Amino acid sequence: MTFSFLLITIAILCVIAYLVGTRRAKSLASADTPLSSLPGHYGSLLSLWTCLPPLLLMLLWGIMDEPVIDHLLVAQLPQAVQEQGGTSVQLALSKVHNLANGANVEADASLSPAILHLVELQSRNELLSTGVILALALAGFALTLRRLVPSRNARNEMEGIIRGMLFASSGIAVLTTVGILASVLFEAWMFFGKVSPIEFLFGTTWSPQVALRADQSGSSGSFGAVPLFTGTLLISFIAMLIAVPIGLMSAIYLSEYASPRVRSFAKPALEVLAGIPTVVYGFFAALTVAPILKEFGTHLGLTVSSESALAAGLVMGVMIIPFVSSLSDDVINAVPQSLRDGSYGLGATRSETVRQVVLPAALPGIVGAVMLAVSRAIGETMIVAMAAGLAANLTANPLESVTTVTVQIVTLLVGDQEFDSAKTLAAFALGLVLFLVTLTLNYVALKVVQKYREQYD
Amino acid sequence: MSIIENHKTDGEPFCDNPKLKARDVCVFYGEKQAIFDVSLDIGANEVIALIGPSGCGKSTFLRCLNRMNDTIDICNITGDILLDDENIYAPKVDVVPLRARVGMVFQKPNPFPKSIYDNIAYGPRIHGLVNHRDELDEVVERSLQRAGLWNEVKDRLHAPGTGLSGGQQQRLCIARTIAVDPEVILMDEPCSALDPIATAKIEELIDELRENYTIAIVTHSMQQAARVSQRTAYFHLGQLIEVNPTDMVFTTPQHALTEAYITGRFG
Repeated sequence: MTFSFLLITIAILCVIAYLVGTRRAKSLASADTPLSSLPGHYGSLLSLWTCLPPLLLMLLWGIMDEPVIDHLLVAQLPQAVQEQGGTSVQLALSKVHNLANGANVEADASLSPAILHLVELQSRNELLSTGVILALALAGFALTLRRLVPSRNARNEMEGIIRGMLFASSGIAVLTTVGILASVLFEAWMFFGKVSPIEFLFGTTWSPQVALRADQSGSSGSFGAVPLFTGTLLISFIAMLIAVPIGLMSAIYLSEYASPRVRSFAKPALEVLAGIPTVVYGFFAALTVAPILKEFGTHLGLTVSSESALAAGLVMGVMIIPFVSSLSDDVINAVPQSLRDGSYGLGATRSETVRQVVLPAALPGIVGAVMLAVSRAIGETMIVAMAAGLAANLTANPLESVTTVTVQIVTLLVGDQEFDSAKTLAAFALGLVLFLVTLTLNYVALKVVQKYREQYD
Repeated sequence: MSIIENHKTDGEPFCDNPKLKARDVCVFYGEKQAIFDVSLDIGANEVIALIGPSGCGKSTFLRCLNRMNDTIDICNITGDILLDDENIYAPKVDVVPLRARVGMVFQKPNPFPKSIYDNIAYGPRIHGLVNHRDELDEVVERSLQRAGLWNEVKDRLHAPGTGLSGGQQQRLCIARTIAVDPEVILMDEPCSALDPIATAKIEELIDELRENYTIAIVTHSMQQAARVSQRTAYFHLGQLIEVNPTDMVFTTPQHALTEAYITGRFG
């Protein structure tokens, strides 16, 4: 309520500031003292100084107010709870919050002073924040307006502010990545406190069952992730075996052979493949491809598991074709026409030109495209979850069922879990490995593509 | 400047010992006509310069001579072009051997992103001209020597061709063309991307190559046309206005348009 009220007020102030600033700038301008920027720049400057500081304060306030209130509340909790400290304080605090907000929780008389205090704090907080934020907006408005003189270079100042805003936006993207990495690292660290990294990275048995209760009779679990790595590699390998030749050849056809009419139809059609949700590929693999493979294998006298690496790999390969073809098509098109002309001028045929001039020139870009496709294949989850199975077999036989890193992460975290057992923490360790592998692949791919760019620009 | 109705080329478009004969050649890009009824002989062992203002169709005409325009979908050509009295636009003609006989050097040096050696060896390899590594070495050396590049690159034959200077790259492209032993070499403004010293080297080279090859060169530089060619053809808006011995074109042009162009009134 207050939040939306504040936002609307600031927005209105923002518009008013713009109009006032523009008008003021116009009225200040005279022959002796020309404006150093356009009137609109002064308006925008005033408007930004009016709304940016309060918006930032709002953000900060929103982050800070809860911890501060909680801190003040602790003193009002029953003595016994305060002495226990740690989790019980947290528990009591969340109970206070729930009760204060009218949630249907069993009332507790010992908490009532805290509840009353909380209600009071909250209303005070609301008033205080509204007041301070609006005051800041008005102060920004007034101060800037007073210093709005024609000699002030509003244009450059605006540029500076806009630059700062753009920088902050990109900063958020980078910080998010760092934050994700930090959280994964932290959890993985906890996992490696329970299971040694050596066992995790080189152990060959994956059976992540641990006892949930102390008195439960269960295995202590075995966290050797090698079968997952090999499963991932096997499926990715099958997928690339399909995607690279088909994708590359279709890219060559589209960029070198196809007439503009065919190209204008075929390229979007191929890219539709990239738009199909992976879960659709997943049931296509599980319900159509896998049974066909099984039947076909039986005819040949082979034992094909009904959830096979082959089925998942084949369908994943089809899914990746548009990645390879679309990226390769771009790099092939970037090869200068003059090189093709040079080759044709020497009497080379189209395929000779493609093989000996165009492809070598485009090779670094194609390698980059393939690497991006590989990292996509390794990270793919849905198809393998539905079609490859859950059994962590250490095998190179594509007809057996295997499991992958991503599938195991899903299974480890699905359902009711304790979030400090080795079983759930293993998911983060797997995630870390996955993250590092795809990060490396993407980095190498980018470097390769960059090197290629330098050659022709 | 508009198209002249029924213009008949002034001067001497034909010669006694023709290597290439173009007769009534018209070129269309889709609906638009770019070349109008051009008839021209290119004599054996002569250098003929094609000059004219931008967009006059001289490059288009040059590209017809080894069917490079085939790579452009919307380009249509009528009329006949005969190489040693054989029509190169006859239906059964294969462009691969044709382009081996009529080589082309382009405006911008376009070495392949391969080594210097492989750039030269490319043509002989695809045409199966050599059977042996030794033979190939020989062809590479001979071609580079003819292009006057051998002494500069003999110690780094396996360095990338793209690492050479612009003038060296263009001579590499000429050497690459010579390596398939063509009869005619077409040059499309071969010096327009080069500095004066590199240009002088190429012009010298063109003069030497005349001994063994027939050369048609498109150029924007009238000095260059005057220096390297024996005959000069002046194109204007897709029409061939005048063909005459070079010294005559530059001293006593026959047609008013030619005169206007060489005296710099347009172009």
